[in-house]
Amino acid sequence: MSRGKRVDDVASALEGLEDGAVVGVSGFGLSSNPEALIAGVLDAGARDLTLVSNNAGAMGLGLATWLQAGIVARVICTYVGSNHDLQRALSTGSVSVELVPQGTFVERLRAAGAGIPAFYTPTGVGTVVAEGKEVRTIAGRACLLEHALPLDFALVRVHRADPFGNVRFWRTQANFAPAMAMAARVAVAEAEQIVPLGGIDADDVHLPGAFVQRVLHVPTHADVIEHRIVRPR
Amino acid sequence: MSGSEDAMLRRALAEIRPWTVVNLGIGLPTRVGDLLPADAPVWLQSENGILGMGPFPLDGEEDAQLINAGKQTVTLREGASTFDSALSFAMIRGGHVDLAILGALQVASNGDLANWSVPGGRVMGIGGAMDLAAGAKRVVVLTRHVAKDGSSKLLGGVTYPLTAAGAVHRVITDLGVFDPIGAAFRCVELASGVTLDAAREQTGAPIHP
Repeated sequence: MSRGKRVDDVASALEGLEDGAVVGVSGFGLSSNPEALIAGVLDAGARDLTLVSNNAGAMGLGLATWLQAGIVARVICTYVGSNHDLQRALSTGSVSVELVPQGTFVERLRAAGAGIPAFYTPTGVGTVVAEGKEVRTIAGRACLLEHALPLDFALVRVHRADPFGNVRFWRTQANFAPAMAMAARVAVAEAEQIVPLGGIDADDVHLPGAFVQRVLHVPTHADVIEHRIVRPR
Repeated sequence: MSGSEDAMLRRALAEIRPWTVVNLGIGLPTRVGDLLPADAPVWLQSENGILGMGPFPLDGEEDAQLINAGKQTVTLREGASTFDSALSFAMIRGGHVDLAILGALQVASNGDLANWSVPGGRVMGIGGAMDLAAGAKRVVVLTRHVAKDGSSKLLGGVTYPLTAAGAVHRVITDLGVFDPIGAAFRCVELASGVTLDAAREQTGAPIHP
């Protein structure tokens, strides 16, 4: 199989990740995390990172390990909830946290990748989110000016990738991955499966390879479930 | 489940029309979905990227990468679709969700909603709350009428941090159904055994019959 954008190991996947980088990591809580890349950043030794993530970890796991290691200076997220490490960082002021409405969060990433420097949205008008932002009435509705959120690195979990970086997701795995990959200078796809070119039919590509710079094959994951709810058989 | 809670969930269920897109907020609203018949033509939206959520999975069939916005394991119904967060919030913000049933800390008679933060309390975060309240075609709040500290959740104005201004169309509580109409709520119906005077006593804004 042609090598293409495939890299051999986590260290190569993260090459060029420097102190102070803005890093987006896909996943919803602990679901669909790029687990090998998350662990790899700790080993890479980069510090003072700006972490862009919906939850920044949970239950002391996933991205919470970055907070525990003190390598994060700033978090841009939508929800803190029961992330005790982020709660602690908030209360001690060791990390600055910017809370963003989830739709605005993903649209700021998408905009960065789509060449849109800023946009107006009705979400958040009259709330704490509006503080310091331009408000403009468009078509009769008050809107906030929100700016694009470009990333240095995007670390995203995908189901299947080919050597060009064409990607297919599984179930609710996609979440922020496409927008983050688009927004990043270097997007790394942590793929459960690698297929040859043509292994994903053109109509079934969820994220075209133009948005992916590196592909890392990681066949197994811990995939911790935060709230396992089942019906008895 | 208390009798009044059961009645609240059933009343909220009556708001759901066939062949519509419905988002159920975390907590009590999520449980409205449990009352939906399995074959009901209703597409439950989850903001992490599902249109057409099914029931919780059978034991052993759970998938760590098939969850709802509350991070609970779920399933897909026939005719479901999955997608990324940008498309999901285009659906929400763009007015393609017919109905959102949301929880509340406070609701005002002018439709203002506060449901994401208690001043002085632990910071929980915004999540999809502001986008849902601002973007859904119709917003119904499902909540207890009175908070645990005895204060009314239905007020002349919210004092907690705002989620969205003028967003709420209807409030369903254990005392009845009330529509915000500006300076007052309009009483649409009262729960069994509740008088208008009793509802008024527990509401921080006028109620018109």
